[in-house]
Amino acid sequence: MQEGVGLQMRYIDPSLITKSVKESVIKINYELDQSLVSLIQKAKAKERSTIAGSILDDIIENSEIAKEGNVPLCQDTGLVVVFAEIGFNAHIEGDIYRAINEGVKQGYQEGYLRKSMVNHPFDGVNTKDNTPAMVHIRYVKGDKVTLKIASKGGGSENMSTVKMLTPAAGIEGVKKLVLDTVFQAGGKPCPPIIVGIGLGGNFEKSAIIAKESLLRPLDDSSDDPIIAKLENDLYEEINRLGVGPMGVGGDTTCLAVKINYLPMHIASLPVAINIQCHSARHTEVII
Amino acid sequence: MIHLQAPIKDSDIKQLKVGEKVLISGTIYTARDQAHIRLLKEENYPIPIDGSIIYYVGPTPKKEGFAIGASGPTSSYRMDELAVPLMEDGLKLMIGKGDRSEGFRQAMIKNNAVYLIATGGAGALLSSRIKSSKIVAYEDLGAEAIYELEVDNFPCFVAYDVHGNNIFKDKL
Repeated sequence: MQEGVGLQMRYIDPSLITKSVKESVIKINYELDQSLVSLIQKAKAKERSTIAGSILDDIIENSEIAKEGNVPLCQDTGLVVVFAEIGFNAHIEGDIYRAINEGVKQGYQEGYLRKSMVNHPFDGVNTKDNTPAMVHIRYVKGDKVTLKIASKGGGSENMSTVKMLTPAAGIEGVKKLVLDTVFQAGGKPCPPIIVGIGLGGNFEKSAIIAKESLLRPLDDSSDDPIIAKLENDLYEEINRLGVGPMGVGGDTTCLAVKINYLPMHIASLPVAINIQCHSARHTEVII
Repeated sequence: MIHLQAPIKDSDIKQLKVGEKVLISGTIYTARDQAHIRLLKEENYPIPIDGSIIYYVGPTPKKEGFAIGASGPTSSYRMDELAVPLMEDGLKLMIGKGDRSEGFRQAMIKNNAVYLIATGGAGALLSSRIKSSKIVAYEDLGAEAIYELEVDNFPCFVAYDVHGNNIFKDKL
């Protein structure tokens, strides 16, 4: 047998995963991240429209009432999305999907969160515990398990899209699609929004990386200079669309643009646009 | 700023102009997609429709000692077609979020009704203006049941008025 630390396994009790998911879904639904509140405050300071400013004030006041008054931020407490990064040297002693779903069930029950999941596309029967979570697993170096956990609302998810452009469409084609999508969505996804974009990969991967881009820190930008510039340009151009908070017009349409990308086939330029409402509820736990 | 007391009279409607802040007090009703579908199948509505206000919301579960859970608006466009027969029977105000179809807007004007928006995602803030809640129909729908709410100065903005203005197109 091969020698070395590479074979040293760390054993992880699945109940730790359940506990992390449970605590996370409750916390994120009652307490908005301070970096997000600061961005909304900054936007409010620059907003020229009176009604838009008044809506931004409501959003800030809402975050205070939620935290202090112990009321969820929004009635749509979302569908749970989990990106689990499992170390090659971490061994979960049990069923990770079950552990995550148990955390969702306990968290949504004990946290008085709305159960918004139905069993079937047509029968409308609620699963009554907000399961199942949408789980994406990736293996990474190390012996830790990192859980990126989000509660994603339906209104903004409905305004998202995946489109297969051709490589010749290039940066301009991507920009046009993003601007059209955000403009058409108007007030429906609860602007000011965060726009998560997945470029490349293939049809399904583009959507997954778009979702994952929404979980990045609000103040970071892409490591790639071309993509970083596109993030910045789109942020400026989206805010010139005039959609405004809740679609009533104004200077504040988006708070951030995040783009993740992957290599792609020579024939395709997959573009996924995942829209996040202003109540961006997510966190990260390392086990 | 305009204060309105539910139920709404025909004469209240004209004074509502796009972009204006409206504070509503009195009894209002909740209904989302499923409740609308059921209402339209009823011979007799389980709630008084004439002069009524319907709020598009599915609250979070109520905690002990609270009037209701988080109660922000859901997207209104899903109820566009379903709202038309209710307006014909006297529904006067609808509270939700986001733009709606042109067909809805024309039917609304024709029936002398008004569409208001509340701040989406402000479920905690809006719940603080709801003084009591009880389920009055379709309890099996859970969050989608019809709740009767007593509200006090519930804050909204006029989104579509009967004079033909649209907050999403006219951008104030």
